Amino acid sequence: MSNDNPPLTLEAFGHYETAWCPGCGNFGILTALKQALVQAQLPPDRICLVSGIGQAAKTPHYLNAHVFNGLHGRALPVATGIALANPDLTVIVESGDGCVYGEGGNHFLAAIRRNIGVTLLVHDNQVYGLTKGQASPTSWPGMVTKAQPHGVFASPFNPVGIAIALRANFVARGFSGDPTGLAQLIRQALAHPGFAFVEILQPCVSFNKVNTFKWYKEHSFALDESYDPTDWAAAMKMAFREDDRLPLGVLWKTNRPPYEAHFPAVASGLWKAEPPPPEQIARLFDAYR
Amino acid sequence: MPQSDFRIVLGGEAGQGLQTLGALLAQTLVRAGYHLIAVQSYLSRIRGGHNEFMIRYGLDPLHADRERCDLLVALDAESVPAQEPFFTANSPVLFPSSLALDHPRRTVIPTDHFGPRLFENVAMAGVIGTWLGLPITILRETLTDLLGKKAALEENVKVLMAAAQWASEAPPPIRGCPPLPPTPSRRLMLNGNEALALGAIAGGLRFAAFYPMTPSTSVALTLIRHADQAGLVVEQAEDEIAAINMAIGASFAGAPSLVATSGGGFALMVEGVSLAAMTETPIVIVVAQRPAPATGLPTRTEQGDLEFVLHAGHGEFPRAILTPGSPEQCFDLARHAMELAEQFQGPIFILTDQYLADTYRSVDPPPLSPMSLPPRLPPPQIPYRRYAFAPGGLSPRAVPQPGIAYVVADSDEHTEDGHITEDLDIRRRMVEKRLAKGQGLVAAARPPDWIGPEHPERLLICWGSTLGPAREAAERLTGNGHPTAVLHFTQVWPLPIETFRAKLVAAPKTVVVEGNATGQFARLLRRETGLDFPRRINRFDGLPFTPETILRALSHE
Repeated sequence: MSNDNPPLTLEAFGHYETAWCPGCGNFGILTALKQALVQAQLPPDRICLVSGIGQAAKTPHYLNAHVFNGLHGRALPVATGIALANPDLTVIVESGDGCVYGEGGNHFLAAIRRNIGVTLLVHDNQVYGLTKGQASPTSWPGMVTKAQPHGVFASPFNPVGIAIALRANFVARGFSGDPTGLAQLIRQALAHPGFAFVEILQPCVSFNKVNTFKWYKEHSFALDESYDPTDWAAAMKMAFREDDRLPLGVLWKTNRPPYEAHFPAVASGLWKAEPPPPEQIARLFDAYR
Repeated sequence: MPQSDFRIVLGGEAGQGLQTLGALLAQTLVRAGYHLIAVQSYLSRIRGGHNEFMIRYGLDPLHADRERCDLLVALDAESVPAQEPFFTANSPVLFPSSLALDHPRRTVIPTDHFGPRLFENVAMAGVIGTWLGLPITILRETLTDLLGKKAALEENVKVLMAAAQWASEAPPPIRGCPPLPPTPSRRLMLNGNEALALGAIAGGLRFAAFYPMTPSTSVALTLIRHADQAGLVVEQAEDEIAAINMAIGASFAGAPSLVATSGGGFALMVEGVSLAAMTETPIVIVVAQRPAPATGLPTRTEQGDLEFVLHAGHGEFPRAILTPGSPEQCFDLARHAMELAEQFQGPIFILTDQYLADTYRSVDPPPLSPMSLPPRLPPPQIPYRRYAFAPGGLSPRAVPQPGIAYVVADSDEHTEDGHITEDLDIRRRMVEKRLAKGQGLVAAARPPDWIGPEHPERLLICWGSTLGPAREAAERLTGNGHPTAVLHFTQVWPLPIETFRAKLVAAPKTVVVEGNATGQFARLLRRETGLDFPRRINRFDGLPFTPETILRALSHE
């Protein structure tokens, strides 16, 4: 529980029974998250996990940490409030593509623009799992579901492309099928000040018969060392590739100051402040005389 | 013969400096020691349109505006026909030289002699202030404070002084204004929203989020004005949904939080109300009503959202709704709301409206006493159970921090330690636990205030901003030999029935006065007390009640 303990191990985060389907990509993401937290030596009582609703949003229940499991789409505003109230907490948002890009799309854009000190991990399986298989904002055109019997008509949302276009502080893409590589990306995201976003490709074994584990393996590739994630034009080009190949790794990073750094009151800890003494309020009255 | 109170109407288009003129005169009157109420009537636009700033002042406390124009200051032509019905036998009309309309009661102020047209409002202030007998030193000082470090301050002061000099040598057309009080005052000039924001700060507020919406915006703007000094963060969110979720997040983490909005914005927040209830997160929600449905009349007033706020949010959970009727009550109840939210760990509402939000009054500095919020950290207990079953439903509240394992909150039905559950026995017990807090809220509820004679022939029942007009109407009736009392509710939910039911039964004749079309509070009272309230006065044209509207309606009974 305290900082003086011997080095943190995976055991500190516990083991829990999950409500996920066997073979779900969420397992790989949970493993990678725990590994990253151990690598970063972040004890669970300093972490606040925030999620919305969906199968991905259940992740916070499956490891030790402080947790706020809120409403569908609304994890980022809750996380923003937490990060402003207590900047000493490591705030991590975990939710799915429907939650973050669909219901919460406006919050996704606003969080990037603010550059709030939150790490966002999006489990993107390109389908709605918990409601049993409708199209999501990232579903590919033509994908047939019970709700889209003639195939998806809308063009897909490009989360990393949009995030880079808005010059998010840190943008990476990982794959649930490679927990070790994903843990590396999450660890870098956690260490990066301001808003850090990891888009995570993930098969849905129950409802997405197009973007399967095999499909992701075939269509993704790791960025090599010649790629410069601080070159914005190159990052835009990489994010908006003409082919259907998906680059994995850190796509873009920059160093805008975190949002919470703009408020003097944040550093002193809004969360532990006591009500102001009467003489302080009395001084405020002078502005109305 | 001086009158006990005097009412000035300033009329003009948006963009003519009407607001500055009004604020300058009103603040000077308060500093000089008068009691005052200043009401603004404006259209939903930035330039043009006929707007009014009405100042009623006197030597005794004033609780409401009234329908009378002792002095009209017309910066636009429309002011004249708008106010003529309210003229007394000798109300003068003052025009600036740029609008020297023909009128039997006109006095044209040669504002063009004192400076360029841009300074017309300040020139008018210099003349009016002098004719009302206000000390020029106070007027000048107020102008300086009002303009602050603006570049044109020197020129403004020059214009003010030249106008005052001219007025002191011209025959004043104004008759009957109250004499100068013997001493200046230290009273504050506050509108409802300013008082509300200050009260919330006094109550320990540390975080607020908002999306701009008339007439709630000035709550956030007042908080922002004091944010650095008072150590709080106010965030303009991307929408109202984000605003309430941010506030819930900040509060979950330990920062006492508030959101302020109006009807349509509150509609977007409703899902968050239910979230605050389920996660038992303290939050104060200010709803400043305006006429609806939909966009309605953005800059007008109404008390039409009582039932909306009472029922907002899916599911069953306790809440409290506070309904201040004056700036003093805005301060007091905002402070109280912060306390209630922390104590009962859930949503607490303050229901105000455009009339109260924008209306200035002179008020004595609100009484202050040290306050402390309930602890946000219980005795160390590992593992911690955020929703432990506890007396009154009040689980000891911790906030996430090192050393506590772990604070877990969930919008799903949850176990005592905050994790998702579908155990239906736990579900039933959690519902009962949350609802148990409602009993505590009843015990903590503010009883209504009885104002006026103990045994009246008539009782006016009202809530929120209708207090002032109802009170003055009752006082006038009582003065005319018809003892009338007011029962004013500063809290409309939950209702502490036993504190007032007997009074209602004993009252010979009751009339419910409220600013909506369907009598929402009368209906609520009937539901809760089993008593019927067939006599009602409702106003829903977008304008606030005046004592006269109430008296006219009563005379038709």
